[in-house]
Amino acid sequence: MDADLKMELSRQGIFTTTLEEIYNWGRKSSVWPLTFGLACCAIEMIATTMARYDLARFGAEVFRPSPRQADLMIVAGTVTKKMAPQVVRLYNQMPEPKYVIAMGACAISGGPFKQGYNVLKGIDRYIPVDVHIPGCPPRPEALIDAFMLLQKKIAAQSLTGAERPRYLHADEPSEFVVPEYGAHDLVPAKNEKLWNIIYKTPNGASAAGEDESGRD
Amino acid sequence: MIADQELAAIEGRGDEALLELSLGPHHPSTHGVFRMDVVLDGERVMKLKPVFGYLHRNHEKIAEGASYLASMPYTDRLDYIGSLTNNWAYALAVEKLAGIQVPERAEYIRVITAELTRLQNHASTIGFLTQEMGASGSPLMYSFREREKILDLFEALTGSRMMCNYMRFGGCRVDLPAGWLEQTKKVVGDFPRFLDEFESLLTGNEILLARTQGVGVLSKELAIQGGVTGPILRASGVNYDIRKVDKYGIYDRFDFRVPIGEHGDVYDRYMIRMLEMRESVKILEQALRDIPAGPIMDSKTKIRGFRPKAGEAYGRIESAKGELGFFLISDGSPNPYRYRVRPPSLINLTVLEDMCVGSSVADTIVIFGTIDIVLGEVDR
Amino acid sequence: MNLEEIKSRIEAALPGCRLEIVVNSSPSGQHSLVVGREGAVEVARFLRDDAELRLDYCSNVSGVDWLDAETSEKVKVKKLVDGVEQEVEEVRKTRTPGYLEVVYHLYSMEKKHGPVVLRQRTGDRGDGVTVASFTPVWRSAEFQEREVFDLYGILFEGHPDLRRILMWDGFEDHPMRKDYVEPNDYEYEPTPHDSVLAKAAQARAMEGRE
Repeated sequence: MDADLKMELSRQGIFTTTLEEIYNWGRKSSVWPLTFGLACCAIEMIATTMARYDLARFGAEVFRPSPRQADLMIVAGTVTKKMAPQVVRLYNQMPEPKYVIAMGACAISGGPFKQGYNVLKGIDRYIPVDVHIPGCPPRPEALIDAFMLLQKKIAAQSLTGAERPRYLHADEPSEFVVPEYGAHDLVPAKNEKLWNIIYKTPNGASAAGEDESGRD
Repeated sequence: MIADQELAAIEGRGDEALLELSLGPHHPSTHGVFRMDVVLDGERVMKLKPVFGYLHRNHEKIAEGASYLASMPYTDRLDYIGSLTNNWAYALAVEKLAGIQVPERAEYIRVITAELTRLQNHASTIGFLTQEMGASGSPLMYSFREREKILDLFEALTGSRMMCNYMRFGGCRVDLPAGWLEQTKKVVGDFPRFLDEFESLLTGNEILLARTQGVGVLSKELAIQGGVTGPILRASGVNYDIRKVDKYGIYDRFDFRVPIGEHGDVYDRYMIRMLEMRESVKILEQALRDIPAGPIMDSKTKIRGFRPKAGEAYGRIESAKGELGFFLISDGSPNPYRYRVRPPSLINLTVLEDMCVGSSVADTIVIFGTIDIVLGEVDR
Repeated sequence: MNLEEIKSRIEAALPGCRLEIVVNSSPSGQHSLVVGREGAVEVARFLRDDAELRLDYCSNVSGVDWLDAETSEKVKVKKLVDGVEQEVEEVRKTRTPGYLEVVYHLYSMEKKHGPVVLRQRTGDRGDGVTVASFTPVWRSAEFQEREVFDLYGILFEGHPDLRRILMWDGFEDHPMRKDYVEPNDYEYEPTPHDSVLAKAAQARAMEGRE
């Protein structure tokens, strides 16, 4: 519908919408996160829910402790190899539609502890991540910004067509393989379908990767 | 505590009588990724084994490959609620190793930041404890309101709310900005009123008294044997505060008392933390009044290319959770040969099983809350 | 009292124990006492119970890994060279075998003094890595000795529950040892340098071969 017409009608008291818009508006305004603080970023996440930087006014009214009742998993803190199977298992237990925010440098790529024998270099090795927040720890305002970005992403999702989100495709998986403790490392070390390494060959073209994002 | 014969009699009833449960690692009340394997008979805990390592980030191995100064930001992430005291403990250990003297103004700044850290740590601990008892977040909101004021001070001084990275070997990184002392005096002046408000809501509260008095008693002998330090040790009646024993820094100039408990239960630990906050306010008032002008950094110490002589040293301070110590072995190179953190939270957990056996699951959560652990420190 | 006095006190009370003072060359002045394997627990118990010392608080237990060290020195030796006896410089290498050690820092809560540093050394870094456990004497060593076992591989005889504490149970290495090699986990780096550059070249070579 034409945007000006919509504005004009709403001034006259007639509210028009599409099914997609109102469905997404309902979903984005009540995203309930899972209480999943792992390390230092968890304290900033708690501070975001406290009186000064209230996150509840954005719809994240209650933080649910049970994954069956949550929509969003904010991975706040370092994911270690010992904890990784539990993280993936919790993600599998969340019902669709579900989203993941990787908060802090450790959840994105291992962070300052990247050279660790027990540190998983980024949670996106095993589960798909929607929003990444850099910082160590990111300020509460950054978490609110990421939350708003997620809301914009949800609002832009379409219900039909090829770009519809993962949970509306009948044949896309919503559960991912849970790693197991091996003798020296986790088995498998990463989920190959989710996480592809992009190498640059000496002449500058990228090899064996999915998208080029303009790195030099 | 359950007697051995009683336990054997229960176990002889057969496997169906006892329930083995894993509390955690993802749990709303375990302060992070911590797991307790409990064996329950109905609601009563028969055995409890803590399992951790879910946040083991091999800080010590990274420190062996990095220079001495490069490990300073990593010490922030140990006890992530009180990063400035971790910095001071590490700086103290290195200063012992290399024999560095610290100028007076820097010592005063260290005391001021350490006591501010203790204030916000104890306030948050009590907030989290009451949340686990079912107060549903309200005292926590009050605590975090005060914590935000103190974090504003830290941000003005060091540039970051939580991961401050402020101490250096021989002093502090930057001097106090203009107006910081006045702002701190204002925050410290308002703090006793917050404590009065907090206590009037909590201390005489029936539910708090019923849930904390007589719960999780830790005897004096077991506390000393188990190497417990910090408010838990003092709540069990042992007079051991490293600020008074070692007199590190300039703590011998300040007039403050050390509260000692009598019963060693959860209520005593809660009251000790309240009283310690008041004593910290006293220390802060004295320090803010007496802080001299002067340099904040020892002029003879090199910051880049710092190579202490070969040898070893163990330095410790009284952090808000207990005795935080650093053991360093140097072989004359820019990187430490061995870097070890003595974590108070881990060693305080040694007596968790003794305190919890015989109580219900709800009491276990409350007892665990008073030990006040931070997983970053337990697992390093 | 200083460390010499403590050593003579222990030797007077427990004849037959092997003690050795290790001098600490840093300004901290914290010298330590190496305890031999036999009678180590008796020495620990004496330190805890003696009326003058009363070291009832074991504050810190750390493990240290000393690798095999090779020192070379140039020595002048008389040798036959082309039928003529000459003085030739020869490089002689001496290997000092490595060992693992456990360092205990002891304080007294009753008398408020300390620290007294105690050390236990293993025979080598391979099979003879057993030492006595001080957990029956100081309970605070329980978790810390488990951690030393987990990360260094030192076996503590007499520990009530010796199993891994920080890594998972199926893990097979002892990560804090100096010769631990991490599993190869190369990841794309935009600006590699030093050791990461070597890994990047290796990964690119393997990528080219596929």
